[in-house]
Formats: sequence, C-alpha cells, structure tokens
Amino acid sequence: MVRFEGVQKSYDGEALVVKDLNLDISKGEFVTMLGPSGSGKTTCLMMLAGFEPATYGEIYLEGEPINNVPPHKRGIGMVFQNYALFPHMTIAENLAFPLQVRGMGKAEQEERVKKALEMVELPTLGGRRPAQLSGGQQQRVAVARALVFEPSLILMDEPLGALDKQLREQMQYEIKHIHENLKVTVVYVTHDQAEALTMSDRIAVFNDGVIQQLSSPEDLYERPDNAFVAQFIGENNKLAGTVQEIDKDKVATVKLDSGDVVKAQAVAVNGKGDRTLLSIRPERVAIAPKKLKNTIVLDGTIEELIYLGDHIRTRMSVAGHNDFVVKVPNNSGHHVLKEGEKTTLGWIAEDCRALDYNIYDKDHG
Amino acid sequence: MTDGTVANEGPLVTSDGRPLKQSLQAALKQKRRQAFMLTVPLLAFIFIFFIVPIIAMLWRSVENPEVPNYLPNTVAALQSWDEASGVLPGEDVYAAMVKDLQIGRENRTIGKVGRRLNYEIPGMSSLFKGSSRKAKNMTEAPFKDALIKASKKWEKLDVWQLIKRESGDLTASYYLSAMDLRFTPDGSVAAQPENRQIYIFLFQRTLIMSVVITGLCILLGFPIAYLLATIPMRYAGLLMILVLLPFWTSLLVRTTAWIALLQSQGVINDLLVAIGVVSDDGRLQLIHNKTGTFIAMTHILLPFMILPLYSVMKTIPPSYMRAARSMGATQWWAFYKVYFPLTLSGIGAGTILVFILSIGFYITPALVGGTSGTLISNFIANHVSVTLNWGLAAALGTMLLALVLVLYLIYDKIVGVDNMKMG
Ligand SMILES: Nc1ncnc2c1ncn2[C@@H]1O[C@H](COP(=O)(O)OP(=O)(O)O)[C@@H](O)[C@H]1O
Ligand SMILES: [Mg+2]
Repeated sequence: MVRFEGVQKSYDGEALVVKDLNLDISKGEFVTMLGPSGSGKTTCLMMLAGFEPATYGEIYLEGEPINNVPPHKRGIGMVFQNYALFPHMTIAENLAFPLQVRGMGKAEQEERVKKALEMVELPTLGGRRPAQLSGGQQQRVAVARALVFEPSLILMDEPLGALDKQLREQMQYEIKHIHENLKVTVVYVTHDQAEALTMSDRIAVFNDGVIQQLSSPEDLYERPDNAFVAQFIGENNKLAGTVQEIDKDKVATVKLDSGDVVKAQAVAVNGKGDRTLLSIRPERVAIAPKKLKNTIVLDGTIEELIYLGDHIRTRMSVAGHNDFVVKVPNNSGHHVLKEGEKTTLGWIAEDCRALDYNIYDKDHG
Repeated sequence: MTDGTVANEGPLVTSDGRPLKQSLQAALKQKRRQAFMLTVPLLAFIFIFFIVPIIAMLWRSVENPEVPNYLPNTVAALQSWDEASGVLPGEDVYAAMVKDLQIGRENRTIGKVGRRLNYEIPGMSSLFKGSSRKAKNMTEAPFKDALIKASKKWEKLDVWQLIKRESGDLTASYYLSAMDLRFTPDGSVAAQPENRQIYIFLFQRTLIMSVVITGLCILLGFPIAYLLATIPMRYAGLLMILVLLPFWTSLLVRTTAWIALLQSQGVINDLLVAIGVVSDDGRLQLIHNKTGTFIAMTHILLPFMILPLYSVMKTIPPSYMRAARSMGATQWWAFYKVYFPLTLSGIGAGTILVFILSIGFYITPALVGGTSGTLISNFIANHVSVTLNWGLAAALGTMLLALVLVLYLIYDKIVGVDNMKMG
C-alpha cells in the first residue's frame, strides 16, 4: 500500500532529518510512528502527504511512485494535531469540502455528511461552527472530515495531543474501532508510547531520523532490539557491564561493573569485551526468589516504597545502580517490605537482554 | 445543604445577611470605579484635544458674529424693513449704517464685516472699506443720498437683502457654499453658477482617489503581508523592518523623495530615457498631477494595510491550507476557499484605516498633487491659512467628518466592525 524506499530528507542541506527510511505498510494496517519530539515523524508524514519533497529516495502509493504527484491528487485523508477545521465554515460545510472539490451532487454530499457525522456520534452538530465545539468534538469532526471522501489511506499527526488524558483514552478506542470497521490503512504519529501500544498493528520507533525497530507492540515491549527502544517503551531497568563471552545459543556472560557475573540474551552485542546495558522489565523481577536453574540472583537494598494499589513500586540499589525498580504485586500474603531492608532479587535469564551501551534520557516530549 | 443555597426560600443572602445581589453589586462597583480612575487621564486628554476642537469646529461652521456685533444699529433699523417689498430701506436705516460705519472705523471692526459679507457677494469688502472712510465726514442728513453718492452699490437691493439675511447669530451660508449652493437675493436656495461650483467635485474626486489608493494598497499589500506571514522568522524580521522603515522617516522627507524620483528631470524619467523607453522630450509627467498623488499616497499608506493583514495572516496555521490540499483542493482553490476568507477581517481593518486616512490626507497631495491631484483637505487648509474663511473651512471639515462617519456606519453594517482585527 505504502512503501518508503531509501528515503532521505534534509531541510537545510546540512543535516539529515530523515536518514535512509525503508518502510512497507500493507493494506488495512494500523502503523504508528513513535518517537521523541524532533525525531522526524512529522517530516515522514509530510513527505507521504506531498507537502515536503523527499531529498532522496522514492515513495510508492499502491505501487505507483508519487514523488511528483501533487498533494491534492494523492487522495490521502489527514488529521492534524490542531484539527485544522476551517473556522469560517460550519461543521457540515467542513465535511462537505472534500466532496464539493470532487464535484459531487448536493444531495449526495448531504447524505455523506450526515453519515459521517453519525459515525462519529455527532449527528446534530452540523450547523455549528468549529469554535462552538469542545476539543473532543472537534477531534471527532476532524476524523470524520478525513474519512468522508473515503480515502483508503489516512494520516494522523498526533491527533490526540491536545486532549486531556481521559478523553484521549476514549478517542484511542474510537479511532481504533473506526479503523477496524472501515478497513482503511492508517499511518499514525505520536510520541506517547502507551497510545502507540494500545492502537497499533505495528510500531515504527523513530530516533534521530532512523527507525530503531519496526514490530508489533508485543515484540517491541518484550523483545526490544536496542537500548533506545528498551528505554523509550515502558519502564526498564538497566545494568551496565562488559561482555565476557557469548556462546552459540546467543547467551552472553556479562560481568557487571559491580563485579557480579550474570547471564543474559545477547541481542545487540557482538563479542567479548563489548560494553553493554542489560535490560530487565520491572515486572519480571522477583524479590527473594527461589533459586532455580536459570535464575539470576543478586543482592539489593530497598531504598523507597511507593504504594500504588495493585502493586508496590520498589526502588532498590542493585549492583551499584540505585534506580533499579521492581514492581511487587499486591497479592494476598505477599512479602512485607521495609525501606532500608537488605534482600535478594532475581529474574530468569531469558528476560534479561544484553543491549548496546547507550543511555538515553527518557524524553517523551 | 445550607439555607442560603435553597432557591425557593427567598432571595440568596451572604453570611452577614445582606442579599447576595446587593453584595455583588457593591463589590463590582468598587472595581468599576478603579477601572474608571485609570482611564481618567486619557479621557481628559481626549476631551481637551479631540472633543473640544471638534465642537469648536462645529460651532465655527454656523456662527455668524460679524453683522450682529459690528452693525448693531443697522440690524435694529432693518427689523422693520421688508426685504421682499422690492423697495430700498428708508433714511433711518442709512443713518444707522453711517453710524455703524463710523464706529466700526474707529474700532477697526468694519473690515471684518466687509470680509464676512465679501464671501457672499464679491466687492463687499472694498465697499465697506471705502464707505467707512467717507462716512467720517457724513454728519448731516440725508444720509441715504450721501451713502449712495459714496458708492452706487448702496442703491442695490441685494446688498441690503444680504445684510438683513446675515443679521442673525447663526448662518447656514457656509454649509451652502460647501455644497456649491447659495442664497438667491430673495432668500431661497439655488445652485452656484457653474464656474463657482467646486466642492462637490472635490469631494467626489477625494472619494474616488481614496478608493483607488485603498485598492492599490490591497493589491500591493496582500502579497507582501502573505510573504511576511509565511517566510521563516529571521527573514520576516528583516522584511518587517523594510515595511516599517517608512514609519520611522518623516512624512515630508518621504514625499520630497518622491518628488526627486518622479519629476520630469528626476530619477525615473532619466532612467527611462537612458534605456530608451521614452524620448528626451517625451518625458512622462509623473508628478504634480493625479499620478503623483496615487504613487506617493499609496506608498505612504501601504504599511497601514500590511500590518493588520499580517497580524491576521500570522494567526492562520499552515495546516489549514494543507488540510484543504489533502482533501483534494488545488493550491488556488484552497487559497480562494480557505485562506482568503480568513484574511477578510484583516482586509477590512486595513481598508478602513487606509481609506479614512487618505480621505483626510493633506501634505502629500499638496506637494505632489499639482492642481489635478489635490484633495478636499488641501482646500480646507487653504481656507484656514490663505483666504482666512474659517467658517467655510469648518463647514467643509464637518462635512468630511460626517462623510467618514456615514461610510464607517455603512461599513459596519456590511462587514461588521467586530469582525475586523487591527493587530
Ligand atoms: N519546515 C522545516 N524547516 C526546517 N527544519 C524543519 C522543518 N520541519 C521540521 N524541521 C526539523 O526537522 C527535525 C524533525 O522534525 P519533525 O519531523 O517535526 O519531528 P517530529 O514530528 O518527530 O517531532 C527537527 O529537528 C525540526 O527542527
Ligand atoms: Mg511532529
């Protein structure tokens, strides 16, 4: 449906904002571009919509190269972050705009507008102006307007960014349902990883103009390819160390900076001597575990306990890191912890991934 | 729930038992007083330097002190004369006139009467001057014969009709002149003779030229404002300085610069001759005519169009045009249907600014307009400083003010002043 082939983009001729982008999106898919602010997501979307030319490379839409097709001939629906509803037109006129451009008859226009408003559950608001609608309602109208001319591809650039949390979550489900019902292809841009995980079939994680990983939400969370993805998606504990050995089953033996030696899955390390960050999800760590084969056990000190209802967020110092987080489920009869207590903690070697040695600030901006 | 919040138990009260409405009023009153105090200096300034002069102007356009103040005896004596009778006034009136002429000469006020009446009938100024000189020696009756001997004009019915007509404290004659009308000797209103009709024509010319200048400002200002609003900030700053530069230069300097550019031995003509577009003796007349006024005034008023347009365009996010394009509109259609309608409030604000300013423009047309390119305000200035006919100047000024107000109201009806954005 959409294919980026070796696409590069520079605005100023000095720095590449998008570096060698290759991306294949199939029909009916919901693909999210996820990444911190400034990582080039909007730029990719603008190249696909035709508002920015690609500096190098080719973009295909339904198999046809579209680099030289002007935006109005691409037939792509778009939802903008600020909704871009035309303030001088009523909601119905806004919705009719793409139909009018296509020279559709008045009666059919009205029919389609009515249907679109019903789809987003705003059947009575056709006569109002955008300024008379709440943010959530405007958002729905923007979605309806992008869909009303039945494009097979919809682009959305942080469409929920301006909504409050509750409304945002509700709209995530609504957009997802619309996607499922209409079977359109959606390319969605967000910097909110929870939103990406909720909605997408596949997620392309962007950083610095490069796709760091392109996979399903589950893979992305459970099997991050590199330290950036591990740190950007969800919560993540990292332990710095040096690879001592990688065996043929891709199990690495890593000597932590504290001197402890542990085993981990070799994912983004090449061989002996590589610096690495071990990545373990907080919910995969157990306090005072039973010592089984394959379990790695370390000593730790409890620094801080935060009661969160369903679990207790426990910050510990482990192997010289004092920001190691463990989520202790609030099960009946769980071990009662105290701040300052020394204990052991452990995890299964498969849950621990040896990734490249790059530390990122968690920047969701 | 406390008692106070139950609506059907009588009016709401605050905790000290006063009705809520009353407490609120008191609180608001204090606020309003504070707000008012802050505006007092500005109000005083506006009153002294704006409202008072306008009232003074309105008053001057109708006041008529000369005849009643400086010919009091004549005015009293004329009371009993019937101006429609067709006969000259009697000896008593002539006697009173001689007395007034003598007093007026002593007090040096007779010239003012002469000048005032000269506005209505040419030659009155010299009549009063000459007769007052001769009246010194008129001590005995019959004064009628003596005056007529001094000047045949004292025998003319319309002179006396004029004096009687202008003997009131108020006069409409300035407004009539300003509308190319006059009183006929018998007191009815008629058009001025064709060769003295000028002001209606000037008003028309002023309006038409203002419309053209406003149109030129829209045509030239719109693309510049668009450019300013859409290019990156660092270039926009530079361009903005270029737009504002005229504001920081004296109006006079700018106008004289245009003279240097446009005159027949000026830069533009030299250039055209040099590249052979016009021959040396076919130099274009670009100044001291309408062309000069159009060019110089459009240049000077352009920023007043650009600034409101720019401030409106700046608020139109680029995503509007993109949204329209993504929905299938061509660049042109998106501009016409989405961008342009959103700039209308800016066009409205710019139009009203430029139009009102150009209707009252003075220095530039005076310097570059020649005779065909001058506007009504140049004539007002002429009456203020050259002919000293302040009454007519005030009448013309008042009509100009009324014209602007009427146009403003029409504009408000059509466009709605609330819709326009000044910046
Ligand atoms: N029109 C533009 N001109 C110049 N630089 C731009 C422009 N748009 C974006 N950029 C730059 O390109 C980079 C990527 O921007 P963008 O694609 O908007 O990122 P994202 O949408 O992921 O936040 C940023 O560094 C930004 O400053
Ligand atoms: Mg963006």
